[in-house]
Amino acid sequence: MAEFIKPVRVGIEGVFYSLAHVPDLVRYGSKPLREIRANSALGDELHQKLRGFNAAVAYAPHQAYIGNIAPERLSDWPKPWYDKLIEGATFQGRFGDLVEQNRFYVLLAAADQFDLVSLENDWFHDQDAQPNVVGKKLHSTTEIHALCDKGALPLYSGKRLIGAFEAAHPEDASLAAEVLLENLAAKVTAAHSLRALCKQLDLDPGEIDFVISCSEEAVGDRYNRGGGNLAKAIAEQVGCIKASGCDVKAFCAGPMYAVVQAASLVQSGVAKRVAVVAGGSLAKLGMKFESHVKKNMPVLEDVLGSFAVILSAAKPGEPCVRLDSAAFHPVGAGASPQAMAENLAEKPLAKLGMKLTDVDRYGVELHNPEITVPSGSGDVPRTNYLTLAALAVMRGQIAKAEMEDFVHTRGMLGYAPTQGHIPSAIVYLGHAVERLRAKQIRHALLIAKGSLFLGRMTQLSDGCSFLVDRNDA
Amino acid sequence: MLKGKKIIAIGERDGVPGPVIAECLQGAGYEVVFQATECFV
Repeated sequence: MAEFIKPVRVGIEGVFYSLAHVPDLVRYGSKPLREIRANSALGDELHQKLRGFNAAVAYAPHQAYIGNIAPERLSDWPKPWYDKLIEGATFQGRFGDLVEQNRFYVLLAAADQFDLVSLENDWFHDQDAQPNVVGKKLHSTTEIHALCDKGALPLYSGKRLIGAFEAAHPEDASLAAEVLLENLAAKVTAAHSLRALCKQLDLDPGEIDFVISCSEEAVGDRYNRGGGNLAKAIAEQVGCIKASGCDVKAFCAGPMYAVVQAASLVQSGVAKRVAVVAGGSLAKLGMKFESHVKKNMPVLEDVLGSFAVILSAAKPGEPCVRLDSAAFHPVGAGASPQAMAENLAEKPLAKLGMKLTDVDRYGVELHNPEITVPSGSGDVPRTNYLTLAALAVMRGQIAKAEMEDFVHTRGMLGYAPTQGHIPSAIVYLGHAVERLRAKQIRHALLIAKGSLFLGRMTQLSDGCSFLVDRNDA
Repeated sequence: MLKGKKIIAIGERDGVPGPVIAECLQGAGYEVVFQATECFV
């Protein structure tokens, strides 16, 4: 251990992950929306390949996502995972859950403060849970049809029209129905995860001092596109009445930056308890649906991912974020995978007196390969693990023949839906916390990347990493 | 084989980025007329 390093730890009170299964919103994902407009026959093909809630619950990667299966065990699971469903699987996980579409619609209406959502009256009263949806949002089927005829987005449950989503302004593209549906879906899913985490921890949301949202949506009107502060809207929705909040944006690396900033707020004493939340990305639903349909697979990108993490002062024996390990990808580093691995793994570890082989588990870009491989996008986690293994070979920490062993023992198969910010390392935090509590691992290094070039403001990539360990000091 | 050809280089975030491909090919004397990095997840 380097003598100048004094560990700086901030406690992880809990983590919760959720998947809202919304097959009938896949048509509003960016890719399906564009392709179906160009070729309406694709809409029917897509509809035939949507899966039901039970199939989504029994899907092994989803069970790993909500904590019921260790992702390290997925390599032993028979494939294709979408065909080898888990008998007796439940929608509630050890640190997560799946939300059924009808419940999601009701939550959407309940979180809507601007009468954007209308639900069909008879359908609504058939639902089990009916939280605070005011009567003026409930309409007859004829009224719902009339709203859709005037340009509102139809909301379906299977073939049944059950609601409509209206624009907030006829001429502002930032307040169009498609955009506001994305934004409200992010708010609702993030709020669900934070509410569920508070319940799991038996924590009054009023005890949270600050909320940071790292959702990806550009919330704002045409003069403030991306202006944001979805965080405060989420805090309000959950009942964090003493909290304020703000958003942290860094493409897919946003959640990792958000955790570092949340931990910094706690460490500095600015806030005692900080929640980091992210809602689902509706735009990414069905991103690769054409490949899935062509290969006669279910459309697997049918879920909105969300998560919540709560940080506070470190407690003895409990899992922590090592703030002194936090690393960012510098401008001058270059964007090659090797440069990423050097700056986000090798250098921060060296600062702590550790080698690449000292890390028990790496959480990287954990996209589910069953989603990405059929479309030609490759096995993203494996590529990332091989880069780390190759660097370990270059530094003489392992032999070249040991690369596969490095990948197998320190990595895992991807299990997260392609929701951008969700798979980007943060998805492993829940499992890492469990492993640390059970003393199965000593530490895990989480490494996320962000594709800044997508915004056409720079050619750069980005990344952020930090170590999590147990506070045994 | 590619000598004198114009190159379009499409890189990938988790693989080889576009600017890296472009730099290698330019160094070898090829003309890179367009390069970009994309993210497919």
